[in-house]
Amino acid sequence: MTSIALRCHKPDLFVGLMFFCTAVIIAFIVLPIFEMVTQPGWDSLIEAFADRDVLGSIWLSVYTSAGAALISFVFGTPFAYLMARKHFRGKRVVESIIDLPIMIPHPIVGIAILSMAGRNHWLGQVLQAMSIRIMGSVTGIIVVLTFVGLPFYINTVKAGFEAVPPRLEKVSRSLGASAAGTFVRVTFPLAWRSMLVGMIMCTARAISEFGAVVIVAYHPMIAPVMIYERFTAYGLKYSQPVAVWLILVCLVLFLLLRVCLVQKKPES
Amino acid sequence: MIRIENLSLRLGGFALQAVDLSVAAGEFFTLLGPTGAGKTLVLESICGLVPIVEGSIRLNGRDVTRLPPEKRDIGIVYQDTALFPHLSVYGNITYGLRYHRAANGRGPETVDRLVRQLGLQELLDRSVGNLSGGEKQRVALARALAVDPAVLLLDEPLASLDPNFREEIRELLKGLHRQTGLTVLMVTHDFSDAHYLAQRAGVIQKGRIEQTGSVQAVFHRPATPFVAEFVGMKNIFPAVLEDGGARVQDLWMRTGGQAAGGRYAAIRPEDIQLLDHPGELAGGNVFRATVARLTNQGPYWEVYAQTGGVMFRTIMAAGVFFRRSLKRGDTVFIGFNPSDVHLL
Repeated sequence: MTSIALRCHKPDLFVGLMFFCTAVIIAFIVLPIFEMVTQPGWDSLIEAFADRDVLGSIWLSVYTSAGAALISFVFGTPFAYLMARKHFRGKRVVESIIDLPIMIPHPIVGIAILSMAGRNHWLGQVLQAMSIRIMGSVTGIIVVLTFVGLPFYINTVKAGFEAVPPRLEKVSRSLGASAAGTFVRVTFPLAWRSMLVGMIMCTARAISEFGAVVIVAYHPMIAPVMIYERFTAYGLKYSQPVAVWLILVCLVLFLLLRVCLVQKKPES
Repeated sequence: MIRIENLSLRLGGFALQAVDLSVAAGEFFTLLGPTGAGKTLVLESICGLVPIVEGSIRLNGRDVTRLPPEKRDIGIVYQDTALFPHLSVYGNITYGLRYHRAANGRGPETVDRLVRQLGLQELLDRSVGNLSGGEKQRVALARALAVDPAVLLLDEPLASLDPNFREEIRELLKGLHRQTGLTVLMVTHDFSDAHYLAQRAGVIQKGRIEQTGSVQAVFHRPATPFVAEFVGMKNIFPAVLEDGGARVQDLWMRTGGQAAGGRYAAIRPEDIQLLDHPGELAGGNVFRATVARLTNQGPYWEVYAQTGGVMFRTIMAAGVFFRRSLKRGDTVFIGFNPSDVHLL
């Protein structure tokens, strides 16, 4: 009898706790965003949109992040393919290295990149000789954003390649296609969606980066840096409109991601 | 023609050790072996998909040992069909044509013929995702044969099919082989496929070829105890040659002429008869035995009959079994012909 009574009673508390925690978490995420989006009126939003600096910084954020995603695509795709298909000694080490940028605190990423690109380092000297500037330049921003975004691209695409059965590639080879031909005709058509998802993830990660960028390039000013500057110099009210515009860009990326992921399901 | 000489390789936990195998032009050869014996490894080394340590592989007289897969002129059909999911049936079948057009120039006709032979006319525009198992396997066959390969490799092509599709594909394979004179190497662990399709067979175990020969020879004259057990000779006893026959513990039995080996005597269960009278099998080996165990195998019963320390296993059609109303502990006479005792 006691056990039945316990069984009847306990789940209620447990289920209640689950619902309570779920509600708290949803509110915790949605409420601040909702408040931030609704607090500034239309006037200040339009005003911010008309502001050449604001528009410039958002545009800079968008294209440097997209640039990082593109670089990840070009260099990361063959790498991800290698990691998905080959087994070799030290593969675990290489995989951990890929995840390092996720773990390192962001300002340290900026400092690390600067310490390599400085005048005292041979690479810095080479770059200087080629008149490539990292500190305070668009190039520098893209370097930083690629650094932090690359793991997201590679891990996504690696999983995408792993989902393509190696047997399909073997059959393709047996039918006369070279390794490259097989990649183009079999592997890519079956994995391109993961590349798209990887690029969106990489862009999303890059667009939100602040800590590393602010060290390498305060100017030109990407949107997060501008939001920070307006906050410290003028206060909350002045930073909000810029933040709303940036969050809209992020939401568009987020929607694209969902669309890609949802469409993937029925095909496979 | 396939000629593998002294092939050795190691891949993960699997290895091949000095494999020698040859399949004549136009022959249907089947490689048998338990799971993990290295059957697929042999196929993939012919394909050029695994690094070879030692040995050579020749296809139609051409040394392909160091050639990449695409230069080897082979067709392969896997158990899981491995169709390209993003291409239509037609796209799958014609996948390899662009690499072979220059060589034979009759790709389209070959495709037309194959589509007709394999009954794929209605399916060409379909996506491969919603084909039945048999249809998928027919498409995979057409895709492999469309490039007119020198040899066709089959990796358990019938294993994952429903029984009625199995029959259908088996029939198709037989017909295709008869019509085209293709050289085929099939890997399987299904004996009925081997009997039905193949002319010669090989048995592989732990990366070594145990025996090759005609299907008949492998099944009826196994060369090693492993092959004997693998092909279903359930009665395998250590034996000593004595007085022109063989002695298994304290039973002496007459044997056929062939005394190739002599360390083991093997008898197929279906060659052992349960006799009504000891005199029924003139000139045969007849022993009095006790029924020790009976197991129901559906269409037949397996009977374990013990005499002295030797346990014989034989089978009995279900109908016969019920008529005789055999039960454990019964005393019976078992008999078998001297020629059915295989010395290994």
